[in-house]
Amino acid sequence: MKNISLTIDGKEVKAKEGMTVLQAAKTVGIEIPTLCNHEDLDPYGACRLCAVEVVKNNRVRLVAACCYPVEEGLIVKTSSERVNKIRKIILELLLPLAPTGPLYALAEKYGLCEYIKKSDEESEWKLVKELRFPVEKPTYCTLCGLCVRYCAEIKKGNVIGFVGRGVDRKVSLVPEENCGFCRDCENICEGGKFFSLLEL
Amino acid sequence: MEKLQSMLDLKNVRKEILSERDPDKPCITISSGTCGRARGSQKVVEAIKNEIKRQNLEEKVDVRVTGCHGFCQVEPNLVIYPNEIFYQKLKPEDAKEIISKTIVNKKIVDRLLYVDVEKKEKVASMSDIPFYKKQVRNLMASNVLVDPRCINDYIAIGGYGALAKTLSEFTPKQVREEIKKSGLRGRGGGGFPTGRKWDSTHDAPGEPKYVIVNCDEGDPGAYMDRSVMEGNPHSVIEGLIIGAYAIGANEGYIYIREEYPLAVENTELAIKQAEEHGLLGKNILGSGFDFTIKIHRGAGAFVSGESSALMSAIEGKVGEPRPKYIHTSEKGLWDKPTCLNNVETWANVPLIINKGADWFRSMGTENSKGTKIFSLVGKVNNTGLVEVPMGITLRKIIYDIGGGIPNGKKFKAVQTGGPSGGCIPESQLDIPVDFDELKKAGSMMGSGGMIVMDEDTCMVDIAKYFVKFLSQESCGKCTPCREGLRQMLRILNDVTAGKATEKDIQLLEELSEVVKEASLCALGRTAPNPVLSTLKYFRDEYEAHLRGECPAKVCKDLIYYYIDPEKCTGCGLCLRGCPTGAISGQKKGVHTIDVEKCIKCGVCFDACKFDAISRITGRGS
Repeated sequence: MKNISLTIDGKEVKAKEGMTVLQAAKTVGIEIPTLCNHEDLDPYGACRLCAVEVVKNNRVRLVAACCYPVEEGLIVKTSSERVNKIRKIILELLLPLAPTGPLYALAEKYGLCEYIKKSDEESEWKLVKELRFPVEKPTYCTLCGLCVRYCAEIKKGNVIGFVGRGVDRKVSLVPEENCGFCRDCENICEGGKFFSLLEL
Repeated sequence: MEKLQSMLDLKNVRKEILSERDPDKPCITISSGTCGRARGSQKVVEAIKNEIKRQNLEEKVDVRVTGCHGFCQVEPNLVIYPNEIFYQKLKPEDAKEIISKTIVNKKIVDRLLYVDVEKKEKVASMSDIPFYKKQVRNLMASNVLVDPRCINDYIAIGGYGALAKTLSEFTPKQVREEIKKSGLRGRGGGGFPTGRKWDSTHDAPGEPKYVIVNCDEGDPGAYMDRSVMEGNPHSVIEGLIIGAYAIGANEGYIYIREEYPLAVENTELAIKQAEEHGLLGKNILGSGFDFTIKIHRGAGAFVSGESSALMSAIEGKVGEPRPKYIHTSEKGLWDKPTCLNNVETWANVPLIINKGADWFRSMGTENSKGTKIFSLVGKVNNTGLVEVPMGITLRKIIYDIGGGIPNGKKFKAVQTGGPSGGCIPESQLDIPVDFDELKKAGSMMGSGGMIVMDEDTCMVDIAKYFVKFLSQESCGKCTPCREGLRQMLRILNDVTAGKATEKDIQLLEELSEVVKEASLCALGRTAPNPVLSTLKYFRDEYEAHLRGECPAKVCKDLIYYYIDPEKCTGCGLCLRGCPTGAISGQKKGVHTIDVEKCIKCGVCFDACKFDAISRITGRGS
């Protein structure tokens, strides 16, 4: 496989053809935040948290690092005012839907919440400001698709899938398929906090 | 029917067809696309045919039922050749007079003629009608000449001649060079240079290659592709075969949206007839080139018109887009190199091959060559399909061809590019219509929808309409589009209900930025355009809504219906029509509206013959 040289946050990176910017960044210790990405699954590009700026032919573009293939001479900026503003708003949009640990942990980095230790045993996440994007009620699902994709790509089960379009999109058990209750989908769901197969 | 084995065969068949047709024999050509049918054209066709039979004139006059002629405002309409007599706004009862007077006695039926309002005269010939005269109908003109269900009509006007020329005189590379030279850019909205796309697909490694026609036209108000696909499917098929030859593809798909059954029917028949003639299938015209076409029907989603979503749908998966950092010309259908183009793009190909790239370049602007079909709809006198060279001004389209705004109302804005586009105000009406100029003005050409709006249109309501449409059509895969549009709609609902503050407008702008920059596909990336363009040119209307006023008097929560006691004659018409009993009053006495019961339906407003009812807005009232 061809060697490709690119620059990420000022660092010279030696990558291989076929790698994504996300993978290449990891090799030099640069962690780009993700939600829907998983190293064992095909890149999905749905959460858009991994948005980064790339410069190619003097043109600056905003792309999803998990999907963008490395290119010779590419210049990547994984953090900037523009990028951070976008990540903050994406998290602000997702928090009311799934107000849980893993999402709060990500949101903290963008100043949206803080971790308060009330006592030795009790601690909680507290929002810094009232959230600007209310929804009717939390679904506890960010629609990252990890469960669906894991069942399809690794287990080859295709037992759960997405139904509905737009804001009606949700994860659902496919009734015709036989679910063996391996519960791997629950485990991959960011700590199993987001859903229970039994509820589907 | 013997399959045509060569260019010569095609020439001979054309000669034969033409020799059997008498150009002086009267031919009644009736416009009967979906728009015409919605206005009763099929009954008119039946009446004409029955009358001809009744008067024993079947040998003396031909009837040709075609697709949409383009002047939709006056449907049903027909043209009688050889003198091109144009009759409009027809009813089945008119058939008798048309046959007796015009066909038999060669006299004009005056009352059915088009009236030129400006010159105050009646126009008998189709070519003299300003609506048609001021257009350059490279593509649309054929709709009048061919019955889409009859391949002989298409061959008679020179159809498949470009294909024959291509297969016998050009190499695939020469075809690509000619298309590149012509400057043809995608007519579906992206405006990408077609020749370059053909080159990329041809050069990409991988077999087999595919070509696709995108007939998933989804923009509200746009129906150009429908009219071409229904009215002249062979023009698209011919272009597709030429493109396939140039790219090196042997299989093609025509993706037609679910809601266009007539297009599916006519295209299916056209494919069958082309196959019977040896114009599709193996060894086309004896050239050794094989090519087949399959039709794929959509399933009712706007997002499936996005190229990667469309290909996903053809593969049998859900129509959802994927990131296109690797172009579909490299990895498209089943991960193979695929060239997808819009209906109108493909239809232009035979014209370019026949008349040359230089001819195509002679029309248009520096970077936008050729003609474009626009669907001119909304508050305009002459609604219909308008084909004009790129570079013509919006003013010319709306006023010279469109005939201006009806009912003496004032022009307010024209929305171009569908949900991905923006609204253009009066001050910008003289910009030339071309891909780059419309973008500079904050809109885009899109697929060609052109919705004209007058003083009674609320621009905030328009922005809300498009955001609602897109939030319902979003596939929901990526966060910015799905959640961003959800919140933008919530805010716009608050604005039109008079519940929003300045902070909400700022939030709207902030969200627009994120949706525009971070969405996965072009649906999301262009979704904020209607909001951003109306904020740019009509910010005062948003600010009025913050104060509880709707200047155009549209937003129901911000308007009240009021009966002027000075003008009310007590006729009681409004009271009788009111669905909620909100109006009360004695006979011949002043009537009043109870605002608590009023649902703002406007029936009273329309009913009053004394101009006594008006809509008022503003919290103060």
